Amino acid sequence: MKASNQFWRERLLEEMPADLAREIDIYEMELELRRLGKIDEKVLAETRLRRGVYGQRYDNGQRWDGEATRQLQYPSAALTKGPSTLWDAPGMQRIKIPFGGLNVRQLEVLADLAEEYSDGIAHVTTRQDFQLHFIHIDDTPSLMRRLAASGITTREACGNTVRNVTACPYSGVCPDEVFDVTPYARACARFLLGHPDCQDFGRKFKAAFSGCKSHGCGLVNLHDLGAIAVTRTGNGKEQRGFEFYVGGGLGSVPHQAKLFDPFLPEEELLPTAQAISRVFARLGEKKNRNRARLKFLVSDLGVEEFRKIVLQERATLAHDSRWTAFLKDLAAHAETALKPAAALPPAFRGAASPPGFDRWLKTNVFSQKQPGYAVATVTLPLGDITSVQLRKLADIARRFVKDTIRTTVEQNIVLRWVSEGDLPELYGALASIGLGQPGAGTIVDITACPGTDTCKLGIASSRGLAAELRTRLAEQSHQMDQAVQNMHIKVSGCFNACGQHHIADLGFYGVSRHVASYTVPHFQVVLGGRWTDNAGSYGLAMGAVPSKRIPEAVLRITGRYVADRRKDESFQDFLQRLGKAEIKKLLQDLVSVPSHDVDPSFYADWGDTRVFTLGDLGAGECAGEVVSRVEFELTAAERQVFESQVLLDEGEFQKAGETACASMVQAAGALVKIFLPDIAGDADKILGEFRTRFYDTELFFDPYAGGKFAQYLFRAQQRAAGPYSAEVAHRRIEEAQLFVEAAYSCYGRLQAKRMLPLDSGSAPATAASPETA
Amino acid sequence: MEVQHVNVKFFAADSRALDLAGFIGIFNEWIRERVGGELLVDVADYRHVSAGPGVMLIGHQANYSMDETGDRLGLLYNRKAPMNGDTGRRLAQAVRSALTACRRLEQEPLLDGRLKFIGSEFEMLLNDRLLAPNTEETFAAFEPDLRTLCSRLYPSAVYTVQQNTDLRERFGVRVKAVGSFTALDLLRNLES
Ligand code: HEM
Ligand code: SF4
Repeated sequence: MKASNQFWRERLLEEMPADLAREIDIYEMELELRRLGKIDEKVLAETRLRRGVYGQRYDNGQRWDGEATRQLQYPSAALTKGPSTLWDAPGMQRIKIPFGGLNVRQLEVLADLAEEYSDGIAHVTTRQDFQLHFIHIDDTPSLMRRLAASGITTREACGNTVRNVTACPYSGVCPDEVFDVTPYARACARFLLGHPDCQDFGRKFKAAFSGCKSHGCGLVNLHDLGAIAVTRTGNGKEQRGFEFYVGGGLGSVPHQAKLFDPFLPEEELLPTAQAISRVFARLGEKKNRNRARLKFLVSDLGVEEFRKIVLQERATLAHDSRWTAFLKDLAAHAETALKPAAALPPAFRGAASPPGFDRWLKTNVFSQKQPGYAVATVTLPLGDITSVQLRKLADIARRFVKDTIRTTVEQNIVLRWVSEGDLPELYGALASIGLGQPGAGTIVDITACPGTDTCKLGIASSRGLAAELRTRLAEQSHQMDQAVQNMHIKVSGCFNACGQHHIADLGFYGVSRHVASYTVPHFQVVLGGRWTDNAGSYGLAMGAVPSKRIPEAVLRITGRYVADRRKDESFQDFLQRLGKAEIKKLLQDLVSVPSHDVDPSFYADWGDTRVFTLGDLGAGECAGEVVSRVEFELTAAERQVFESQVLLDEGEFQKAGETACASMVQAAGALVKIFLPDIAGDADKILGEFRTRFYDTELFFDPYAGGKFAQYLFRAQQRAAGPYSAEVAHRRIEEAQLFVEAAYSCYGRLQAKRMLPLDSGSAPATAASPETA
Repeated sequence: MEVQHVNVKFFAADSRALDLAGFIGIFNEWIRERVGGELLVDVADYRHVSAGPGVMLIGHQANYSMDETGDRLGLLYNRKAPMNGDTGRRLAQAVRSALTACRRLEQEPLLDGRLKFIGSEFEMLLNDRLLAPNTEETFAAFEPDLRTLCSRLYPSAVYTVQQNTDLRERFGVRVKAVGSFTALDLLRNLES
C-alpha cells in the first residue's frame, strides 16, 4: 500500500547482499504473478510463509462484531494470497533473528518498519523472533529489502522449513555454561538456511542450543533438534561436542526429545543435522500434517532405528567444507565490551540507591562470568516494544555496550557486557523510556502467544489474560513469597502451545465451554511443567476454568503452595504430594459460570467487549499446505518465463531469450529431481537425464502433441547462447511457456498414475507413512 | 515530493479522567456502525506498553488510535492507503478525518463529555521515510501547503510551525496557534 514501494529496490540495491536482493526480487515477482492469476493460491501461500509472511485473524474477510458476523469489503475482494485469505487483509510478518542476536542498527530498522508498515509495535516471540502485525502484503517486499540492507533475512521464518535457530541468550557470558554455543548456533542457522536438503519437509523443524544442561534457557527438550554443550577429554586434550537430542516438540501432543548421542563431536554437528534433514524429508509424514513433525517419525521408528538410518545417511553425504570451516574461527565473532569492567559502587546498594533500582537489580541483572560485567534484562510487557522505545533502546545500547543485544524466549531483550559500574545509570535510562520494570524471569514476566488478538486459530485471548495477570500480580509481587515470585506463567490461545504453556509452573491454554445458548471463554489449567533442565518436564491439565476467573485461580494455587509447602519443596513436588484430585477440589467452585443475566462479563474475553464467539476461527497457517519441491521448482520456471517477457518488453532481447531457455532447463530439472533429488544445476546433465528418463520413455509425451514440447527444449538448448533478435526471443518465450505447461501436465499425470517415488514429497501411494509403517 | 501517508494527532485537553479501556468498546461500536464510510477492521489493545499506541482501531484506509506517544494522549489518524488529489487536498482530508473522529469521541455518550480535544495545537507527520525524509528540503517542499492549510484552520490567528528535530524520526511538524480553538471550530473553518 505504501506509495514508496516502487523505489526501495533501487534505493537499497548497493546495501543488500546480492543473494538476498535476488530472492526478494523473485518473491516480488511471485506476488505479481499471483495478482495476474498465474500462480495458484496454495503455492503462493507456502511461498510467502517461507518468507515469514503469515495470514492473520479475519483475513477470510469476516469478523464477528459482537452481534453478527460481518463481511469486510476489501477493495481487491476477489484476489487471494492463500486459500480463504484475502489479499488486502492485514497480515503478520515474522522476522527471523538467529539465536536472538541483534545490533543497534537492526533495532533502529525494526523501529522504522514497525512505524511505517505496522502499528508502531514490534513484538518479540517465544522463539527469539520479531513479529510485526497488520501488514499489507504489498508492503512486504520493501520491508524485506530494508531488513536485508541491515543483514536480516525473513527466509524460512515460517512454512515447512527450518525455523529460527534459538540459543540461550546468556551464551558466552553465563558462569554455568560449558562453552559458548553462539558460533555453533550461527553456523547451524547459516548452513541450514535454504539448504536443498531442507526444502521438502512435511512440517516445520526447530533447532535449539544450550550452553548447559541444568538451566532452562535453551529449552532443548522441546525441539526437533537440540544440542547441549559438553566436553570430554581424549588424548589429553579437551574436545568439544554436544549432548544431542531429537524429536522433541510441543503442540497438542507434546514430546520430550530423545537422546540421539551423548557426545556428538563438534565437527559432526552440521553433517548430522544435514543427515537428519534428509531423513526427515524422505520419511517424514507429508499428508497428515498432524503427524508430520519429526517427533512422530522418531517415536514411530524408535530412536535406535532412527539413529541407524541417520548414520547410514550421514555416511553417504558428499563432503562439504562448511561442516568444519566455522570451527577455524570460532573466536572471530567473540563479543567485547564497550566500557572497562567495574564493580557496582557500594553507594548504589541498599537504601541509597535510586527508587526501584534495588528490585530491578535483584531480578533483571545477572553477573557474567567475566568479572565486572553483567547482563541486564529489558522486560517487555507481552513481548511488545514501541518504535520510540526501540530507537531509544538503540541509543542506550550505544552508550553502554557494543552490539551485544539479544532477544529471549521469555519475550524480553537483554543487553550483555554492561559494566557493573554503569548499572544505576543504565537503569535510569531504561526507566526513563518505560523499560525499567523489574521482575524479569519472575511470575509477573508472563509469556503469551498472539492468541485471538491476531492468530486465526486462537480460541481465547492469551494476551488479554497475560496483561490482566501481569497487572494484578505486579501490584502484589513485592510482598509475594520468594517461591511464588520465581514461578513461570505461560499462556497459549489454544492447544497448539505457541505460548509454551507445557513448560510453565502455571500454564494456560484457551478452550471454550457452552453455557445456555452462549459460548464462554475458558482456559485449561496446566500445572507443574518445568522450565529448568532445558524444559525438563511437561505439565498436566487440571481442568478448564472460565477466563475471567483465572486470576483468582492463580492466587488460590499459589496461596495454597505458600501455605502448605514443606521446607524447600518445589512446586512440582508439592503438586505431586497434593495430588490431582485435591487440586481439582481447590479449583472446583471457580469452574461454574454465572448466568448471562447475573454477570455478562464472563461472556466476553479479556480486553474485548464483544460477546464471545468461536465464529472468527479460521483455517490456521502454522505452515502452508505441503507443496512439493517439484511444484515449487515448476513455479520458479514459470516465474522465469514471466521474467523473460518483462525483459522482452524492455527491449533486452538477449537476456530475454537466455532467461526463457533457463526456464525450460529449470522445469526439466524439476521433473528429473523426482528421480534424482540430488542432481546439480548443470544444464547438460539435466538435459541428458531428462532425455533418458522422460523423453526416451515417453513419460513426458503429451497425449496429442507427443514429444513436440520436449523438442523445444532440446532445440533451444543447442542455441541457448543466442544471438536473440526480438523475434527469436519472442518465439523462445512462447516455446518456454508451452514447455513449462507440459511439465506441469507431466507431473500431474505421474501423480495421477501414482508413479512418484518416495522422496519427491508428493505423498505417493507407496510412501511409508509413519501410521502405516 | 509526493505527500502520502499523512498522520495527524490532536491532543486531549485532560486525560486524567479517562480510562483507555473504554475505547475498546467504543471502537468496536464504530466497526459495528461502520462509521465514516471507511473499512474498519479490528481493535488492538496496547495499553500495556508505556507511552505507546494505546487503543487502536485498525482500518483498511487508515488507523485511528487513542495514542499515548510522548506521554500525551491524543487522537492519532494514520493514513495508510495512498490518497488522490494534490497535496493541499490530501493534508486537508487527513485533518478532516482526524477532527471528525475527535468530534465523534467528544460526543460519545459513554465518555460523558469527559473528553475534549485541544484545537490550537496538532502534530502532523508523513509516515514514509523514503518519500519524506526528515530534512530541510522536505520541510521547504511541504511548508507552502501546510501554511495554506493552517490559514484555513486558523483564519486570523498567529501560529508557529516546528519541525521534528530528531533526524531518525519521521518528518513531522507541530503546529501551535495562539488563541483557543475546539475541534468543532477547526472543522467548521475547514469546511467554510
Ligand atoms: C496448527 C497450527 C500451529 C501449530 C501446531 C503451532 C505450534 C507452535 C509451537 C509448538 C510453537 C512453539 C513452541 C516451540 O517449539 O518453541 C509455536 C511457536 C509460535 N507460534 Fe505457532 N503454531 C501454529 C500456528 C500458529 C499461528 C497461526 C500463529 C499466529 C500467527 C502462531 C504463532 C506462533 C508464534 C508467535 C510462535 C513463537 C514464535 C517463533 O517461531 O518465533 N502459530 N507454534
Ligand atoms: S497457541 Fe493457538 S492461539 Fe496461540 S498462536 Fe498458537 S495457534 Fe494461535
